[in-house]
Amino acid sequence: MSSAMTATMTAQPLVSTDGKPLVAYHLVRWHIAAAVISLIISMSAGFLYSLQFLGYFPFVNNEILSPGHFRLIHTNMAAYGWLVNGFTAMCYYVIPRLTGYRVWSAKLGNLIFVVWQFILLATIGGLVMGKAQAIEWGETPTGFRPGSFEMNWVPVDLLVAVGAVLVIAQLMVPIFKARDQKFYVTLWYFTAGLIWLALTYLMGNIIPEWVLPGAAGAAVTGLFIHDLVGLYVTPMGWGLMYFFVPLILRKPIWSHSLSVIGFWALAFFYPLGGVHHFLISPIPDYVEFGAITTTIAIEVVVTTVVVNFFMTLRGKWSALRTNMAIRWFYAGAVMYFITCLQCSFHVTWMFQKIIHFTDWVVGHAHMIMYGTFTFWIFGVIDWLWPRIVKREWYSNRLRGWHFWLSTIGIVIMFTDLTISGLIVGFMQRELNPWSDMVMASIPFWWVRTFSGGMMITGLLCGAYNMWMTARSDREYVEDAHYIAVEAD
Amino acid sequence: MERFYTLAFVAGIGCFAVAFVLSFVFPWMTIDDYHGTQFVDWDQLAKTPSSSFIELSEDFPDEFTAAFPGGVNSENYKEALRLGRDLYIGQACWHCHSQYVRVVSNEMQRFGPPSNVQEYQNALNQPHLWGTRRVGPDLSREYGLRTNGWHIAHLIEPKDVVPYSIMPSYGFYFEENGAPKKEGFALVTYLQWIGSEYVRLDQEAKAKASASGEGGQ
Ligand code: HEC
Ligand code: HEM
Repeated sequence: MSSAMTATMTAQPLVSTDGKPLVAYHLVRWHIAAAVISLIISMSAGFLYSLQFLGYFPFVNNEILSPGHFRLIHTNMAAYGWLVNGFTAMCYYVIPRLTGYRVWSAKLGNLIFVVWQFILLATIGGLVMGKAQAIEWGETPTGFRPGSFEMNWVPVDLLVAVGAVLVIAQLMVPIFKARDQKFYVTLWYFTAGLIWLALTYLMGNIIPEWVLPGAAGAAVTGLFIHDLVGLYVTPMGWGLMYFFVPLILRKPIWSHSLSVIGFWALAFFYPLGGVHHFLISPIPDYVEFGAITTTIAIEVVVTTVVVNFFMTLRGKWSALRTNMAIRWFYAGAVMYFITCLQCSFHVTWMFQKIIHFTDWVVGHAHMIMYGTFTFWIFGVIDWLWPRIVKREWYSNRLRGWHFWLSTIGIVIMFTDLTISGLIVGFMQRELNPWSDMVMASIPFWWVRTFSGGMMITGLLCGAYNMWMTARSDREYVEDAHYIAVEAD
Repeated sequence: MERFYTLAFVAGIGCFAVAFVLSFVFPWMTIDDYHGTQFVDWDQLAKTPSSSFIELSEDFPDEFTAAFPGGVNSENYKEALRLGRDLYIGQACWHCHSQYVRVVSNEMQRFGPPSNVQEYQNALNQPHLWGTRRVGPDLSREYGLRTNGWHIAHLIEPKDVVPYSIMPSYGFYFEENGAPKKEGFALVTYLQWIGSEYVRLDQEAKAKASASGEGGQ
């Protein structure tokens, strides 16, 4: 990315060829706000559910507010509330800047916003009414009783499909208009990622529920969980990194070839690993071995991308100190590398037989979803929010608290759950009674709840800071911030 | 490489399709080919009500006829299985319990014989409920392991039965006096069903083997 490009990307307001503003800022703002609210809901639900493991769950013997329902709300709000809203906000900001064209229509944007938040409410409602769909990470209610066409709830799945198609149309229009240009890396990821999102969602919600039972259905569910992470969340996350890191550091990405390798290897290898969610299962072994091999291959890809980003940072290390967004990004990148390294080990049968079904996997899931992708979105919000609401951050101290509570919280949670997973995994193999395994986990579950509390506190600091920033009267001045990075 | 059409068609659709074929179509075809793999539908599953369903009707006659007018018949049995599974899904039991036994980690000693393909080829396993986390034990060998009374007591207050349990209580599916409501009947019936397909298939295979004189000793 040339420095001229960097400069136009930060100057605002930008106008498109027909004289209208390029970016629909209100949509960016709304989606960020909705994302943060969803995350607060999701994390509170996770926190409440974790209390069940300690025997302190507050709503005893209540059908609607039962622990299982909070488990479902936790993961679904994290995925569809926080990540999707967050990434959509970022796309609204980034795509017009990279293509030079506005999104399809701001009015459609308003509609999408309303539809999407309705989907979230209908999902929460459906989950507490016990209408979940038995697809992990896709528990959004189908609206039909399993195995029949008797309607029992709002058909959320259908709405999500419609919503996703609208989002894709909205964002693909500028990308398509720019089809004669050579795309910047971010757009590679976004173009493919949006198509993948649609295909993944349809596949995962149709085949196991309506078409195939048992092991064949499980192969698809595995692929669905995997693709949702790898073919939607990952491309969106990397797309943002490729956009914002050079922009904030004011220098191009270190190596173009590594970017190319990173993208194409992700596209090719990533989806092949789907079955690794159900290893040593009735799914045929040759498929499992294929999935294991490609999963290990992904580790190589990940390394290229991470190396590329750290080489970009070379010579600007002090940005980690002076620039909060960069700090979020690189903390996330370190955790990304750790999680993916972990993955190439625990995908093997040798590790699987011990750690599958234990807290180890839960630690892994939080490290990647929270430690990496959530951190990256936090980083973008940190950079974007003052520019969107045109106010200086209300409190730098709260920004610091947000970062450190989140970082320390997730590191503790990950370490804790990894150790507990190993202990319980070996106890399971040694045929210890189940109650001993539960007893052995309880201290670790206390630590998990405690570290989760830290993460929520951090988030609340961040959210309060965003709120006060939007209401403050200190005008935002662009230049002062660049000087801060450039000075060192 | 950096153009719209390449990205959209080669990466977006092409790579997805390759993975779809390799990690879904291939295993599906293998499974479909697998000797004797066939789908067991609702009517076949519910044809003969299970003994635990009949027992429930005898132990709680009034509550049972209130919940299932018509008493024990395959229509009611089917409804109980379905409702039980709906609750199992809706209450996210499957996020704390798995439903497949692996051949590693001494799971065959702990739970029983390892899972095979055919035992999941039925309407109650669409969508499958394998799960990915075991906070509680695997349930796929639950058939015949516990009595109805055990399940009822356990669902009402797990701690009363297993002192250190952290499983939530599901007392709202039962009356004050411990008699199940319709949901309670259904949940127990479903729990008592899980794993019965394995046993049925196993017995059929053994009967066939002895009839044809192989390994009949
Ligand atoms: C928070 C996690 C959790 C949830 C949710 C949960 N369970 Fe459990 N379950 C456990 C634990 C832990 C045990 C082992 C201790 C015990 O027996 O109570 C267990 C044990 C069991 C057992 C006894 C297995 C055996 O034979 O020893 C059954 C049956 C069972 N659960 C059924 C259910 C059903 C049905 C639901 C949903 C309505 C459910 N569980 C929801 C954690 C959970
Ligand atoms: C306050 C912080 C959090 C707490 C206390 C918390 C707690 C929990 C708990 C108790 C579970 C269930 C684990 C189990 O089944 O044994 C869980 C699962 C999960 N959480 Fe969180 N969580 C938190 C934050 C997050 C965030 C921010 C995300 C994502 C953005 C997230 C994503 C997930 C995912 C993907 C799972 C499923 C893991 C699996 O099935 O392996 N969590 N969480």
